[in-house]
Amino acid sequence: MSEKPEKLISKKGLRLDGRKPDELRPIKIEVGILSNADGSAYIEQGKNKILAAAFGPKEMHPKHLSLPDRMVLRCRYHMAPFSVQERKSPAPSRREIELSKVIRESIEPSLFVEYYPRTGVDIFIEVLQADGGTRGASITAASLALADAGIPMRDLVVACAAGKVDDTVVLDLMDTEDKVGVADVPVAVMPNLNAVTLLQMDGILTPEEFEKALNLAMEGCKKIYDLQKEALKTRYMTVKQEEEVEE
Amino acid sequence: MSSLITRVRLKQIEQLMDKGKRLDGRGLGDYREIKIEQGVIEKAEGSARVLLGKTEVLVGVKVETGEPFPDMPNNGVLTVNAELVPLASPSFEPGPPDENSIELARIVDRGIRESEAINTEKLCIEPGKKVFVVFVDIYVLNHDGNLIDASALAAVAALLNMKMPNYEVEDGEVKIKQGYTPLPMKAHPITVTLGKINNKLIVDPWLEEEQAMDSRLSMAINDEGNICAIQKGGAGYFTPQQILEASKIAQKKVAELRKKMDW
Repeated sequence: MSEKPEKLISKKGLRLDGRKPDELRPIKIEVGILSNADGSAYIEQGKNKILAAAFGPKEMHPKHLSLPDRMVLRCRYHMAPFSVQERKSPAPSRREIELSKVIRESIEPSLFVEYYPRTGVDIFIEVLQADGGTRGASITAASLALADAGIPMRDLVVACAAGKVDDTVVLDLMDTEDKVGVADVPVAVMPNLNAVTLLQMDGILTPEEFEKALNLAMEGCKKIYDLQKEALKTRYMTVKQEEEVEE
Repeated sequence: MSSLITRVRLKQIEQLMDKGKRLDGRGLGDYREIKIEQGVIEKAEGSARVLLGKTEVLVGVKVETGEPFPDMPNNGVLTVNAELVPLASPSFEPGPPDENSIELARIVDRGIRESEAINTEKLCIEPGKKVFVVFVDIYVLNHDGNLIDASALAAVAALLNMKMPNYEVEDGEVKIKQGYTPLPMKAHPITVTLGKINNKLIVDPWLEEEQAMDSRLSMAINDEGNICAIQKGGAGYFTPQQILEASKIAQKKVAELRKKMDW
């Protein structure tokens, strides 16, 4: 463990990594990078490095878990043992089980589950390196993987956290801010529908601060949403170009 | 945790809600009757049984000595676990904790931890080596909806009921002395859960409403009226306006409950 910094916001109002309070970390997104998955995406958000893959819609396995009136969405969020400072046991922790559930519930409202009865869709998320805000980046990548798999959706789901460090409400907390900060509010939205599909919070915030953090996180989500769409376009533009060359 | 509900029933619930009513006669913002009984398990250091309508939760607290976390060498440790025991509902099955019981335990845990309800510094025996570990075990005895609020109430009630054994340290060994002291408590978080059915918010959903609702929002609020934990659940969504409305309702409900509990 590195020493805890005394102040997370400098006198100039800048954060440990030089960002302004409402600034996102650098984000890189790629779509369609795994050849065996029906859809996949890779995201880097600061030092976070996360892979997401989608499989389906396919026959449920085991079969008895299928539902007669809708598709079953399953999700596994998993962290690699080397993704954090102290080695993490590869067995799923209680945190990972909870996150798998909330991530699934954040994605499900975007899908037309009732159009695909008796089928299953699996989402697998592997956190290769974690640096705070992994559930948000995982949702952003997972939704893209589903889009890449050609699964119809109401909107892309995009997520980002806001929180409070020292006395300031900030966007997109990195690891140290998350651990030493006052509060963390991860939010997932479908921007076109103005629908919040994931909301959690830990720490202490006044109702006013919470409202501010919620709004800031939604602003951040909208910026990432543009990058998401850009990544999808880039992927399918290159596919089109490759086809043209072959002809 | 939700299972099937007939369309007729769903329609009935929605139509009643349009008139501001609910199946069991409550208004949209009303809690069911709450009963709290403390000290029901003599062998536990602290315990409480909460009845929320027909929902029944028993919480027992046990204390052991153990090692502190390396990054918090001067603090005692809090561990929360939840068991959805099979006798409480036909939908609960025996076996290791599933995602529902893990989520329940972690929501209750966050409410207590983030509000700093327990003064964990007072639970330190020898910095970096030995501290008290407080085990909060949630036992759901009857499931009739809103396990989160019932469990969170029962957990805090059980902690308030705690009798910590007096001790002294002799050559690094903890020796239990006569007498007890209460657990050092700094805050009393209360959690309020709202359900969303047909774009309307209800407080304290019971079982049939849980089956009808598409999502829920739980907020833990501390003594000063600040929010210390939030969890959205269920495969639906909230608009930002609904979230802020829910936050206002939760504030109001917590204030009412706090008065009733005298916390």
